[in-house]
Amino acid sequence: MTVAGVWGGQFLIEQRTSGVVWKSLTVLLLLGASAVGILIAVPRLPIVNESIRNLFFHVPMWFSMIMVLLVSVWYSIRYLRNPSERLDVLAHESAKTGIVLGLLGLATGSLWARFTWGAWWTPDPRLNGAAVAMLIYGAYLVLRGSFRDEQQRARVSAIYNIFAFAAAIPLLFVLPRLSGPSLHPGQTGNPGFNQYDLDNTMRQVFYPAVIGWILFAFWLTQVSSRFAFLKLKHDEN
Amino acid sequence: MPLLREITTLLAKDFRLEWRQRAALGGLLLYVGSTVFVSFLSFSLRGGTPPPPAWNALLWVILLFAAINAVAKGFMQESAGQRLYYYTLVRPQAVILAKMLYNTLLLTAVALLGLFLYTVFLGNPIQSPGLFVANLLLGAVGFATTLTLVSGIAAKAGGNGATLMAVLGFPIMVPMLLLLIKVSKNALDGLDWSVSQSSVLTLVALNMIVGATSYLLFPFLWRG
Repeated sequence: MTVAGVWGGQFLIEQRTSGVVWKSLTVLLLLGASAVGILIAVPRLPIVNESIRNLFFHVPMWFSMIMVLLVSVWYSIRYLRNPSERLDVLAHESAKTGIVLGLLGLATGSLWARFTWGAWWTPDPRLNGAAVAMLIYGAYLVLRGSFRDEQQRARVSAIYNIFAFAAAIPLLFVLPRLSGPSLHPGQTGNPGFNQYDLDNTMRQVFYPAVIGWILFAFWLTQVSSRFAFLKLKHDEN
Repeated sequence: MPLLREITTLLAKDFRLEWRQRAALGGLLLYVGSTVFVSFLSFSLRGGTPPPPAWNALLWVILLFAAINAVAKGFMQESAGQRLYYYTLVRPQAVILAKMLYNTLLLTAVALLGLFLYTVFLGNPIQSPGLFVANLLLGAVGFATTLTLVSGIAAKAGGNGATLMAVLGFPIMVPMLLLLIKVSKNALDGLDWSVSQSSVLTLVALNMIVGATSYLLFPFLWRG
């Protein structure tokens, strides 16, 4: 599924036509999932209460961040095999989309933590992992900013992108499982919402929301990379 | 020339260079020594040794910064001309492997010396020394493998290399540091080996991932 996501993402981001169909689907899914997610009856669980609806926002944001960052790494690998300005721009813009979604995920997660655990931030391994991921991509942007030569910038930042992803991201999935009990759901087994998925109606909103957010991430990347290409073209003339 | 011979030649070159520029090595040792001494002075204000959690955290912070300083000069002290010269003689894989090996040896020495000074000045609350030292060595290897490629990247960017290295290296090293500090705490408390087993294995796996990725990526870094 992940591989299909990366390939599909590249296809959608680099698409030359307007893509009315999948973009209207994105709008439909996002608006629909948000509206239905707020309106439907949800299971009444202690402590979580109504904030369980955040599941339709917070979790899809993380999923789409991981997906678009994977796309970014894949562009970086492609760049190293076959360098071109185009692939560098695509890797950079995908990473930026990932940062935006990561910050959104942190914000929604922090809000959720405040209402359920009583603090904006806790020393939970998952939260720390999220912060580390943001620091890594912040460092990626700093690295890009410290080059004058464009080809060198493209090559070295591609290398850092791959290295950072390989060294740190898998651990964000491994470490939380090693570190024992946690407040965050999905501690053992598949990360997700095990303790909530008793309710099938929630799944029927959750999955469309995930697809919607992932498509939205690709759309955002497409728009910003088209803008970057235009800027490049403008600078050349 | 076979890869192994290239590596040993480069390693010998690094050792010779280090010996000729003893100031850098002396500076590093003095850095560790004075940091430990400053910590000792600060803790002596409240009567003697720090509590074990503070002892542990401080040791790793000192080692982390010493590692950044030790590895930073590796690629940066070489000029572009020198790099071009090596490029004509050896494979890039040999360069990265030799550099990682050299940094591993250097950091192992620094870590052991640091631990010695640290226990002399700040007391020795370690309850399972075997696990503690093994973990320290794993940390030295991990720091060396991670920071070697990062220093290569920072050297390419030019300018303020050490700052850039810290910015690029720290986030990547956080997962590794978390594991190291956890195992280190277990060793301080004298917990059974089975408690630390999975973390130690993850550390070993992480070192191998980082080493393999550096090996694969370095030729691309070097080409420019």
